Amino acid sequence: MEIKSNIKKFSFYRRKTANVIMLSLSLLAALVTLAPLIFIFYYTISKGIAHLNVDFFTKLPTPVGEPGGGMVNGIVGTLILVAIGGGIGIPVGIFTGTYLSEFGHNKFGAVVRFLTDVLSGVPSIVVGVVAYTLVVVPMKHFSALAGGVALAILMIPTITRTTEEMIKLVPQSFREAGLALGIPKWKITLMVVLKTAWKGIATGILLGLSRAAGETAPLLFTALDNRFWSTNIFQPIASLTVYIYTYASAPYKDWNDQAWTAALVLIILISLLSLIFRIITRSKYKTTN
Amino acid sequence: MEIIEQVKTESVPKNIPMDLGHVKISVQDLSAFFGKTKVIKNVSIDIPEKKVLAIIGPSGCGKSTFLRSINRMHEVARGTITGKIIIDDEDVMKIDPVYLRRKIGMVFQKPNPFPTMSVFNNVVAGLKLNGFRNRKALKEIVEKTLKQAALWDEVKDMLNKSGAALSGGQQQRLCIARTIAVNPEVILMDEPASALDPISTAKIEELIFELKKDYTIVIVTHNMQQAARVSDYTAFFYMGELVEFNDTKKMFTAPSKKQTEDYITGRFG
Amino acid sequence: MEIVKESDTHKKLQDYFRKSREKAGASRKTFLTKILGNNNLGDIFFERLTLLFAVLVFLLIIFMGWEMYSHSILSIRKFGWGFITSTTWDPYSQVFGALPMIYGTLVSSFLGLIIAVPLGIGVAIFLAELAPSWLEKPLSFLTELLAGIPSVIYGLWGIFVLVPWLRDTVEPFLQNEFPNSFLFQGAPYGFGMLAAAIILSIMVLPIISSISRDILKSVPNSQREAAYALGATKWEVTKIILSYAKSGLLGAVILGLGRAIGETMAVTMVIGNRPQISTSLLDPGYTMASLIANEFTEAASELYLNSLIELALVLFVITIIINIFARLLVWSTERKWKLSPI
Repeated sequence: MEIKSNIKKFSFYRRKTANVIMLSLSLLAALVTLAPLIFIFYYTISKGIAHLNVDFFTKLPTPVGEPGGGMVNGIVGTLILVAIGGGIGIPVGIFTGTYLSEFGHNKFGAVVRFLTDVLSGVPSIVVGVVAYTLVVVPMKHFSALAGGVALAILMIPTITRTTEEMIKLVPQSFREAGLALGIPKWKITLMVVLKTAWKGIATGILLGLSRAAGETAPLLFTALDNRFWSTNIFQPIASLTVYIYTYASAPYKDWNDQAWTAALVLIILISLLSLIFRIITRSKYKTTN
Repeated sequence: MEIIEQVKTESVPKNIPMDLGHVKISVQDLSAFFGKTKVIKNVSIDIPEKKVLAIIGPSGCGKSTFLRSINRMHEVARGTITGKIIIDDEDVMKIDPVYLRRKIGMVFQKPNPFPTMSVFNNVVAGLKLNGFRNRKALKEIVEKTLKQAALWDEVKDMLNKSGAALSGGQQQRLCIARTIAVNPEVILMDEPASALDPISTAKIEELIFELKKDYTIVIVTHNMQQAARVSDYTAFFYMGELVEFNDTKKMFTAPSKKQTEDYITGRFG
Repeated sequence: MEIVKESDTHKKLQDYFRKSREKAGASRKTFLTKILGNNNLGDIFFERLTLLFAVLVFLLIIFMGWEMYSHSILSIRKFGWGFITSTTWDPYSQVFGALPMIYGTLVSSFLGLIIAVPLGIGVAIFLAELAPSWLEKPLSFLTELLAGIPSVIYGLWGIFVLVPWLRDTVEPFLQNEFPNSFLFQGAPYGFGMLAAAIILSIMVLPIISSISRDILKSVPNSQREAAYALGATKWEVTKIILSYAKSGLLGAVILGLGRAIGETMAVTMVIGNRPQISTSLLDPGYTMASLIANEFTEAASELYLNSLIELALVLFVITIIINIFARLLVWSTERKWKLSPI
């Protein structure tokens, strides 16, 4: 009897201790995970703010050794690249997502759904290579268009899947209400279903756009780089991310410092993008889902 | 009890000969399927014009499916039908479903106003989305139909608010207004008051009484008192079959079938 | 009916209904509807339009593989399988063997996972099982924020913060503690496999933790309640949940692996970029993605460029296989709970 109750006691304490230890470990994991986030934000802000001035937003980069200058062409370049990517990627993503949710209850739909998931796992550098063979090779020179195509391919899976998921959340009863009023299905899909799901879809678009704005690898040999002012989409174009890469890897102190500023501006730009998007898509009426 | 005994011994045809007046919709040997499951079994019934026909029966007896077969909403849920449904001498299966549904409106069990539209736009959704955009005419239609649906006084100051902001009973009347606005000839109602409180239910019932002056109404309900109150004729469905179709008064005082009697006296279902 | 009395409105409305009736009647008779069945033309057009885009996405993925294959045909013909087994990558003598890069890619990714998996699953457990709901939302948001930071900013931070710290503090310490270990040989540059592994672990952490959290949450509450009712402690309940979600968690880890293998910028900036195979974690290495990023614009000959594109193709195939495998695992676990009527 004595032994039995001892064992019971022992196992009870052991279980209690294991419980406390494991739970504390998982809390610790959560804290450790947040540490890099704090580090990265701390450094980007504290180091980036030193060179953040009006010149950065208005002037072109200066040659090596000449202090000052800015990255106005990089900022505009990033915006142009994201716009091209969105211009191609958003319609493709929304229509494909609409197909998947409204008509894709068949084998083909399942295959497309699976392939978009797979596409989302393809490394961005590989997408860059494809954009190179697809656009740069036939055009015989690097261009903003090639960079935009690469970004579009990267956006498609995110936008497609969010569109599909958000449309699925719209209750069937809205579609039936529309059909019973004698409204053709395509009008219901466009004016009722997509409108109701719009907020969620917009979040997906925003996610796609902000990821695209932060992409570097697929731009390295598609949009390339440009030391000068250019808004021609058939010519190479500068971007903030490529600037961060080249300026960070360069052996010049003032370039390194500007890389931090560019990183800060990039983060601000991405946050602004999401803010603007949120204001635009703020709907007049509350949706009920 | 004597009556029941008497009825039981008689062999009564399914459709008791009645003077239905002008027949709006004639359903002939209708069967409806989900995949291979037969949910409606060879139903034939004539629906009289500008009258209220109530369809009663226990849950899962195929009432809703029957209703949804008439305006071809059954196919939206991937169902199929055999047999014929004739409206004004035309086979519904040969009419474009979009046009057919403008002619046969439908009100659903749960109120489903479009949440992204204002009250105003909800009422004229069927017109606007089909390209009717005369602003002045739309305004008049909104006022008239909301008055018809007995909702005007309650919402006239909030026409620009979201349709989802109304109470459940108001939402359902809004849905009825939306249905009337496309000027249908028939209105199908699928348990329109089952999700509502007693006061709203009473309002909907009054409304049905008003509406039958202009429209042919088919209402599905599991509430027998409601069927007795609002309808002129009643059809009793059981297990996908039409058991009895009769004048409402007769149905509830002297049903011709034992099954009907059992159901309306609450012995099953 | 009251509407009909209003002459003006009524006339317009009647006009409209007449037109729509005529339209419906007319559309019934057109040649197209005869072929396409008794359906609204707009509906058919709309369905075909969306189908077109879906086909486009379908073809895109097939096309990507084909495009890379056809543009790397020179090196595929010249080197054959030797491309992935040879250790020499020498643009000057036009010999291209990718083994050091494949080695660097796999090793840096696995090391990254060794750090990230326990942390990621720990976070997932914390978020799904322990955290009160007021804490869960902001924490989930912050981990997702971690996923939203551009890779090049990780690289920037790696170069100027992580690498100096490794070079001056961590690596000398490791060499002092384990002077004879094969893992810590060579000069402590800071740039190298260890730096790459740490950066990668930070970058894949949010993926592993958010997918794992979703999987843990998909296990129905009835399972938890059943275990609690038997007198289990919170950790014991969690263990049961983990065992249910095993294959899905494995899927999450493999998705993280896929991301690590394809990660380019941050790794390129800290791994040291030297095509060699070394067992020391302190030595520089190279990954497939980094090599492509660094040398693509410098590729002077057709064969060189073809070899780089073939490397991208290898990377593409590896990540696709990994992704298919992982998606199937995640999908089968989530489906298990959706279908079973518990």
